[in-house]
Amino acid sequence: MLLIPCPNCGPRDETEFHYGGQAHVAYPENPNELSDTEWSRYLFYRENPKGIFAERWVHSTGCRQWFNMLRDTVSYDIKAIYPMGAKRPDQAGAPAAESGTASLAADSTTTGTAAPDISGTSISPASAPEGATK
Amino acid sequence: MAETAASPTPAKTPAEKDLAVRTSPAGSLRDAFAAGSLAGTVEIAELPFLTMVGIRAAAGSDAARRIADVTGGLPARSGDVAGSGDISVLWLGPSEFLVVAPTEAHESLGGDLIQALREALGGDAGQVVDLSANRTTFELTGPQARSVLEKGCSLDLHPRVFKAGTAYSTEIGNIPALLWKTGEDSFRVFPRASFAEFLGRWLLDGMREYASPEVP
Repeated sequence: MLLIPCPNCGPRDETEFHYGGQAHVAYPENPNELSDTEWSRYLFYRENPKGIFAERWVHSTGCRQWFNMLRDTVSYDIKAIYPMGAKRPDQAGAPAAESGTASLAADSTTTGTAAPDISGTSISPASAPEGATK
Repeated sequence: MAETAASPTPAKTPAEKDLAVRTSPAGSLRDAFAAGSLAGTVEIAELPFLTMVGIRAAAGSDAARRIADVTGGLPARSGDVAGSGDISVLWLGPSEFLVVAPTEAHESLGGDLIQALREALGGDAGQVVDLSANRTTFELTGPQARSVLEKGCSLDLHPRVFKAGTAYSTEIGNIPALLWKTGEDSFRVFPRASFAEFLGRWLLDGMREYASPEVP
């Protein structure tokens, strides 16, 4: 079981938390202008990195607050906890890498303060396989 | 009622009659609690019908200050319990609190606490909600109370970490519950009403081993 350090409550068992999926997936600026392909990419396409992954968690049995977490998907090491709307701490100031597949606008989830990238690893493909979006 | 004519006890007030017909969430366990309690070791009882009010108000706002004036303070961080007199305020989240007060404070029994809190909030953003029926209260006391709780709660309950006068929202016996340490050897556990019987039986089961002599 993971011991997750809630920013409000301190370390608690993983069972007190719920997972919120990939962090930094921005809602599209203007959803009406998206094609079905773009919309499906926003809805369904997420990173699946081997290594550091930015994800959202909520302490549902405790303070009921959301926060972001950098977790190593191989070792399950929790690298960082940071507030919703903040930049990825491991990419603050780093040049933007290639954009990921899941996000259309390169924004953070809540505030739109330029977290320019969602892919923490170099293995992410530049785009989804063509056949998958048809 | 028929007994009032014959019985020497003073006539019941409407409030007492009202309480007499209510059934608490763990009322069915009253006899089991009495049978399972071990005087001087670990004892459990339900404190039914405490008045509880859910508060939401942003910390530092005017509404939070007015509400703090009614309750005698609001807790600032996880674990804190504020309040004055017989009113306690437990920290649930950065802008979420639970006021716990005696049964008589409820408006159905003539208390004015909830109304006072509503007036303190006024029209500001936030909420004051009567949650008295949401949770029930178990009181677990005695020198072995901590070891009973440790069977179902992964928090560090050692007195060096978990001091009297702190309360946490956590899991006990795999269900969400509030755990409030009211004294060195006394804890209050607040499960949701629908979990009350389960948690009551869980705690009774955890207490059972202390009825037997310790195996050396």
